[in-house]
Amino acid sequence: MNTVIFRTVAPYLAALMVLFSVFVLLRGHNEPGGGFIGGLIAASAIAIYGIAAGVDEVRKALVFHPIAVAGLGVFLAGIAGLMSLFVDAPFLKGLWLFLELSDGSELALSTPLLFDIGVYCVVVGAISSIALALEEDEETR
Amino acid sequence: MAKTPLPKNLELPPAMIEGATSVADWVIVWPIALPMLGAAVLLMARKRPEWQAPFAFLILLATLVANVMLYLRVQAEGPLSMTMGNWLPPYGISLTADSLSALFSMVSAFILLIVILFVQSEIETRENKYGYHPLLLLLLTGVSGGFLTGDLFNLYVWFEVMLIASFGLLIIGGRKIQLDGAVKYGFLNFLATTFFLIAIGFLYGLVGTLNMADIALKAPQVEGGAIAAVAALFFLAFAMKAAAFPLNSWLPASYHAPDPAVSAVFAGLLTKVGVYALVRTHLLLIPQSHGQLQVVMEVVAGATLILAPLGAMAQTNARRALGFLVIGGIGAMMAGLAIGTPLGVFGLAAYAVNSMLVMTALYLVVGLVERMGGTSDIRKLGGIYRANSWLSIMFIVLVFAVAGLPPFLGFWPKMILVLAGIEMQSFWLVGLILLNSILTSIAGSRLWAHIFWRDGREGVNSEQINTKIRPLPQRAVVWGLLPTGALVAFIIVAGLWPEPLFRAGGDAANDVRLASDYVGAVFERVPETKGEGE
Amino acid sequence: MEIALACLIGLFFTVAIYLLLSRSLIRMLLGIAIIGNGVNLLIFTVGRVTREVPPIVPDGEYAPLEPIANPLPQALILTAIVIGFSLFAFLLVLTYRAYQELDADNTDTMRVAEPEDSPRPPLSY
Repeated sequence: MNTVIFRTVAPYLAALMVLFSVFVLLRGHNEPGGGFIGGLIAASAIAIYGIAAGVDEVRKALVFHPIAVAGLGVFLAGIAGLMSLFVDAPFLKGLWLFLELSDGSELALSTPLLFDIGVYCVVVGAISSIALALEEDEETR
Repeated sequence: MAKTPLPKNLELPPAMIEGATSVADWVIVWPIALPMLGAAVLLMARKRPEWQAPFAFLILLATLVANVMLYLRVQAEGPLSMTMGNWLPPYGISLTADSLSALFSMVSAFILLIVILFVQSEIETRENKYGYHPLLLLLLTGVSGGFLTGDLFNLYVWFEVMLIASFGLLIIGGRKIQLDGAVKYGFLNFLATTFFLIAIGFLYGLVGTLNMADIALKAPQVEGGAIAAVAALFFLAFAMKAAAFPLNSWLPASYHAPDPAVSAVFAGLLTKVGVYALVRTHLLLIPQSHGQLQVVMEVVAGATLILAPLGAMAQTNARRALGFLVIGGIGAMMAGLAIGTPLGVFGLAAYAVNSMLVMTALYLVVGLVERMGGTSDIRKLGGIYRANSWLSIMFIVLVFAVAGLPPFLGFWPKMILVLAGIEMQSFWLVGLILLNSILTSIAGSRLWAHIFWRDGREGVNSEQINTKIRPLPQRAVVWGLLPTGALVAFIIVAGLWPEPLFRAGGDAANDVRLASDYVGAVFERVPETKGEGE
Repeated sequence: MEIALACLIGLFFTVAIYLLLSRSLIRMLLGIAIIGNGVNLLIFTVGRVTREVPPIVPDGEYAPLEPIANPLPQALILTAIVIGFSLFAFLLVLTYRAYQELDADNTDTMRVAEPEDSPRPPLSY
């Protein structure tokens, strides 16, 4: 697997996949997509980069440990649910905030989005930590 | 997005809650949300091992307070329900607590609080880094969620949360025996939850809903064999989760593999969620199935009651023997389920509380014994009484409690179960419950005699002092012996003053019997017109 | 349609149970994967197979314009797939580690936790 072509292409491919995963995450509210599928794409990007550049390189590039990213995801999802405490609504009620931008368009921020970002982080963290663990094992043999 | 105004002629059935939800109702969310958020924070703070223990302790303390508040609220005002996301039941996922679930959830939080102290006596920084504390909190999230949820599919999700957390705890440390135990635990439990999922699918096909209260309204009207088959599938899945005979083989294969504190949490909490789910499905959701399956339940209960203590007697590993005693307790609870009268459920709930507390304490005591003797092989132990008399007193008290000898805690639930059996005229079940007490006390006192009472090891002159015994280090006395002692003291006091247990068990049985209260609490907010429309 | 799906589910379960009864862990893993798919198909089928349109409300509307398919079974399947996938990934890693550490893919030879030649319990007392 460790050919020159692959090693050259892998960083660009991984970057493109991460970008695409964010796109999929953000369009997920009303169209096909969402946090889970976006997270899987990002985790595959990390796995590909890991095969090409080595696991140590990936861990350095990620800065945070994948499990910590998963923890952040659980935290964000939980916070998204707890937001409704302040509007006297039950747990996990969807809350929306519409921001008018200067060019007249509208930016919709919501707790479902926050929840989805949380799911994205959980999936990226959990799946990439499994993938990296397996790849690390492959390298040391 | 939502820009066009609502058309005038649109007529939709009400699906969203109108009006505010009181912040006081959130008390049902905190027992689940607090440990989950705590686990998340601790996962993020993995580079700060020194924060982990204090933070986990504070979170657990807060969780216990939330659980106590929930329990008091349920005691005072009857079952409490909240449907998530502003939807009306049955469209949204409900969290519903009655006396049974609130009681179990409260005891679980209490046990984890004790264990998190005990854990400090044994973990090293390496294990700390690998997420011991977050996984324990995540396990409590799954257990509390399982107890407090009012939605069958959500129960499946909590089962899986529990399963993933327990996988993690099982293999922390990565010793060979742990991997071996984890493989068996993993495959068999995954299979059990798969059966559960199959049953959920069929039940949804039959009644078209997954909200427990809604099922309790609709399932009794379904006639025929299909619903009985679904109920049998539920019984299979949950009996496997509860480790009832003959589906118990995963428990003694895995519970002795991890660290003693993890074993203690598993023994205290995991199987009880299965028992709780059995009570919910067979007495509340599909009540007609109880009569159809009663014979099966009685046979399973009887076989579990007898074979488990016999299995305990045949073990050389102390913790494996305790694993069989856990299963014996499951047999007593299954007997309560098979009897199925309010008195039977009373006995079941009280016995479950007893079993949660006592089995956890037993594993903790044996964990300390292992620290002193360096092994859990009862042939090589011996002479602990001479080295540490407190441990041996605690162990014998706990053996009496698990066997059900007066005046200890286990006696009262067994008494209730026997009374319930006599009331139902199922005398052979009563006989088996009593026989279980005798066999359990034989198995337990054999363990006590071998580990504590005799001076030397197997095969040497019994007068000879066992030189392999080391005294407990200071850290193990402070963090290990004191919390365990506190738990045992609690068990003794609760045994001598059983009125709270009686009240809690009686209330739980009452709530299980009064399905209308449970259903009423869930559908409280639904406008009147909706019921006739469908 | 239901009959064909029911036969397919039956086939899935047959294969899965056959694989799960095997002694080899890797076959059991495949069985776990297949039984998961069988269950998903089962939920899909018992949720009624209809020819309605997907349950998507058009932009600017508040209710679907024509009868829609029931979205709940799909939500259940999605959740079950996610959970099944994560547990499968975990079991895969676990099996791989067990294979490395214990040098056993055969459940008959995995006897560390329950030793085959475990000594008999002491007979005193």
